Amino acid sequence: MAAIKAKHQRLVLLVVALVVVLSAGILAAWALKSQASYFYVPSDIVAVPPVATRTVRLGGMVEKGSLKTAPDGVTIHFVVGDGKARVAVEFAGIVPSLFVEGSGVVAEGRMRPDGVFNADNLLAKHDENYVPREMQQMTKDQAKKVVAETQ
Amino acid sequence: MHGLANPARFLRFARWLTPLCLGLGLAVTTGALAYGLLGAPADRLMGETVRILFLHVPAAWLGMAGWMTIAGASVTELVWRHPLAAIAARAAAVPGAVFTAICLVTGSIWGRPTWGTWWVWDGRLTSMLVLLFLYFGYIALSDVARRDGGNGRVAAIFGIVGAINVPIINRSVVWWNSLHQPPSITMGKSAIDAAFLWPLLAAAIGFTLIFAGVVLARMRAILADAQAEARLRRKAMVSDPFEALA
Repeated sequence: MAAIKAKHQRLVLLVVALVVVLSAGILAAWALKSQASYFYVPSDIVAVPPVATRTVRLGGMVEKGSLKTAPDGVTIHFVVGDGKARVAVEFAGIVPSLFVEGSGVVAEGRMRPDGVFNADNLLAKHDENYVPREMQQMTKDQAKKVVAETQ
Repeated sequence: MHGLANPARFLRFARWLTPLCLGLGLAVTTGALAYGLLGAPADRLMGETVRILFLHVPAAWLGMAGWMTIAGASVTELVWRHPLAAIAARAAAVPGAVFTAICLVTGSIWGRPTWGTWWVWDGRLTSMLVLLFLYFGYIALSDVARRDGGNGRVAAIFGIVGAINVPIINRSVVWWNSLHQPPSITMGKSAIDAAFLWPLLAAAIGFTLIFAGVVLARMRAILADAQAEARLRRKAMVSDPFEALA
């Protein structure tokens, strides 16, 4: 049998070790799948409602047209949806500047027995889109034209 | 690759490449950041705070690229016993850690006005913090190996195993619900408007050149250090022959 070059032996060993470590990492990440999530989506909350004493995070989109300010001026009501389920949320306090209808939100709080989510804290979630302020009202074609003109 | 295995040849090559990378990198970065700060438009939702993008995102990329440099160099060190690989890995650790720290700090500053919080323990933020701690561990390990005259193999293995965190950082926003948004740039597609994308790419190129320049400069310093040490040892042996025998 021809002797395997030491260099190749090391290479094979390393590749084997890499495959093992990589699969271990991916398996661990997979096992963490539900535990490592930062919030529950409305369908999770509706399927298994959390007990009223437990603080949970609810994340989803603020439904368009659902945001209402109560007469006291600080309490707001809105609906968080994920396309499958909807949860009504109540919050009193200062909202982050990115909190708008049609945008993502993460609410920390408790589920009340009447089915309304009582939030103590709101975090705004930004989406992956970055659009200049001047172009937000334009259609895609208009925006393209403006970009073409300025270049 | 093996053409540069000779440190003397590498040093000749690095002598002009180092200032070139640093000079060009500083020029491109300054231009890109100045445009990002003054010329780029405000974002639809985030307003003026979007400008931190041009620092935060290249720093994040280079923080991860720095660890991939360590991992790649460590593989080269273990398999091919390339004499410069261990030095390259050690040289990439500190700038990689600095970029990771810049990413975390700018991200925190950005998070306060946009998300409404300085920090959350979501998948992306946590895995990036883990990367910074991995850098600290690697720097400590490779330092010990150098001082105690070890062969640095433990540091190399740590560098390779630690690389598992890089795809986890990358996928964290896809696998898990997180406060951090999903990737804006994926496989040739971008959800970032051209008005932000071009200065971002220019800043990324500039920072990458600075990173390369710093790694080369540090490699030269490590080589010079080793040379000086060897010379001192030789000198000590000549002046005190009995100490060498003891």
